[in-house]
Amino acid sequence: MDALAALLVRDMRLAVRVGGGALVGVLFFLIVVTIVPLGVGPDLALLARIGPAILWIGALLASLLALDRLLAADHDDGSLDLILTGRAPLELAVAVKALAHWVTTSLPLVIAAPALGLFLNLEPGAIGAVALTLLVGTPALTFIGLIGAALAVALRRGGLLLPVLVLPLTIPILIFGVAASNAAIVGPVPFGPPFAILGALTLLSLVVGPYAAAAALRHGLE
Amino acid sequence: MSREPTALGASEDPRSVALRAVSSTVKTGAMGLIGLANPSRFLAFSHRLLQVLVPVTLAAFAAGLYLAFFVAPDDYQQGATVRIMFIHVPAAWLGMMCWALMSIAALGTLVWRHPLADVALKAAAPIGAAFTFICLFAGSMWGRPMWGTYWVWDARLTSVLIMFLMYLGLIALWRAVDDPSRAGRAAAILALVGAVNLPIIKFSVDWWNTLHQPASVIRLGGPTIHPAILLPLLVMVVAFTLLFITLHVSAMRNEILRRRVRTLRLMQAEAA
Amino acid sequence: MRLSAHDLVCVRGDRLVFADLDFHVDTGELLAIRGPNGAGKTSLLRSIAGLVQLAAGRIELADADPELTVAEQAHYLGHRDALKPSLSVAENLAFWARYLGSGGTQPAEALEAVGLASLAALPAGYLSAGQRRRLSVARLLAAYRPIWLLDEPTSTLDAAAQARLADIMRRHLAGGGLILAATHGQLGLDGTRELILGEAP
Repeated sequence: MDALAALLVRDMRLAVRVGGGALVGVLFFLIVVTIVPLGVGPDLALLARIGPAILWIGALLASLLALDRLLAADHDDGSLDLILTGRAPLELAVAVKALAHWVTTSLPLVIAAPALGLFLNLEPGAIGAVALTLLVGTPALTFIGLIGAALAVALRRGGLLLPVLVLPLTIPILIFGVAASNAAIVGPVPFGPPFAILGALTLLSLVVGPYAAAAALRHGLE
Repeated sequence: MSREPTALGASEDPRSVALRAVSSTVKTGAMGLIGLANPSRFLAFSHRLLQVLVPVTLAAFAAGLYLAFFVAPDDYQQGATVRIMFIHVPAAWLGMMCWALMSIAALGTLVWRHPLADVALKAAAPIGAAFTFICLFAGSMWGRPMWGTYWVWDARLTSVLIMFLMYLGLIALWRAVDDPSRAGRAAAILALVGAVNLPIIKFSVDWWNTLHQPASVIRLGGPTIHPAILLPLLVMVVAFTLLFITLHVSAMRNEILRRRVRTLRLMQAEAA
Repeated sequence: MRLSAHDLVCVRGDRLVFADLDFHVDTGELLAIRGPNGAGKTSLLRSIAGLVQLAAGRIELADADPELTVAEQAHYLGHRDALKPSLSVAENLAFWARYLGSGGTQPAEALEAVGLASLAALPAGYLSAGQRRRLSVARLLAAYRPIWLLDEPTSTLDAAAQARLADIMRRHLAGGGLILAATHGQLGLDGTRELILGEAP
């Protein structure tokens, strides 16, 4: 629908123009990857072993912390009211916003992950596995985070509430993402099954996320 | 100190105003720091300065690179790759000097209220970040043949990496605020806080490194500075410094012009 | 077209805002909603727009598109202007014209009608409050909906802009629309009916 395409283009344009945008997320990701060795010690063998987990946790935190502006900005300036009166279904509208957010915030994280893998002394195969699992798993993080963003707008609360609500829901994605990465590196467990489950979780989130978020918005707005 | 005289009369042709400013600069000829506080005078002065700086910078790099690659000897331990030091070390120095410059500019914004201070600060940050990045990249390339990996968490590289992150944070802060003067003050505070913290960070990272010292550590500084290496190194430091000044002056010009565009737009909105 | 409301009850938090509210508005009519602050003018408009749930009552639309809800045939103009500062005036307007759909004047003509055509390429962040309001009025023109729900439309507008708005409203009514406007002042149109909230029943 033309309306949804217009919304997608607008959100992506805004993400690029408003100061920082995608690059702040990548910067945060970089900072997380830096502070882990400062806490854990510079033993390269250890870092290579926990590398996939560090990258996954960094990407998880970076994509979640950027989510609170996803809906709050539109709510604050009155755009959300007009979006609600649009003829496109609200579920699709929030899904499109989440898609724009994933492209402009999470996709740069996926692209930055290989460079950060070098900091953690990961082998090229490991880097490839982590990047692939992030590519498949980060949409799930965004679409589930969408629910938290909608609740935060509806309840008019911000700060740490959103991560607190959303992080438990993202645990399965983290588990299977890291498991698939490690399976590709070390194996005894083959790569296929955890990766397939990761994909299934993402597909599920693409449906559940927008429906739950739309419901939260409808019931929460006054 | 004069305030920025960027407000043009709504009916005046901007070009004629600029021409008047340049001609008045030529007439007065005043070159003091206070005289340069006028952005129009700064634009005129910097235009002439760049005409000198650019060829001098190129000459310095030509001399430095020649000395670095043809005159300096190979290192007995590291072979020819030691020549990356001629890029890595000056870049590290410039990264630190740039933060010192930003701190002075920050004081200029907050304490002395010099009109061009926040322009200087904003212009310096990306250049400092770029030099720091070059330092990290060169360090990584230098280390690869030695360590077999692209990165080790040794004390100096880690400190420079943290400084790089702080540069990026400063740039992100500036881009997050719309109003240039508010952004400038926030960034000035962050620059000063960073200046105080960087020695503390360096000290703690050094200490952290001694805690986890692995068995074989190759100091990235290499062996003690051989006199034959000293001259090329100094020339490269001079060349990098000239490059920094050239880039910084250019960036300040761009920032002043950018603010003029903003003022013109504000006036356009008011006139409608 | 007739928009009619029966026995509307609105509760906000623990407060009863209004109850047993009945009214109707026909094509070509302007209903001015008056009352002190807190009487529920904004809540009433937002509930017709579908943004607020009513505790009780029905809102019906006769002789209109049966496929669409009342909200989908209404254009809400609230206190906030739904403008993105980093997009230009034209980009903001073009987006809403596409998103809210259903025809209307071309964005360029809409800007002309409110006197903002010369600022089309300017980032919306540079606009004054009155200019932002005028851009919202342009949005009413660019994304046509028959029902207009206007919340204090004349706030921040100077006399010239208010006169322009009155013209635009007249043309909308003449073209088959209807308007509900919450306002403290005069809108400058003849034959305005009034609905006064906050009086004892």
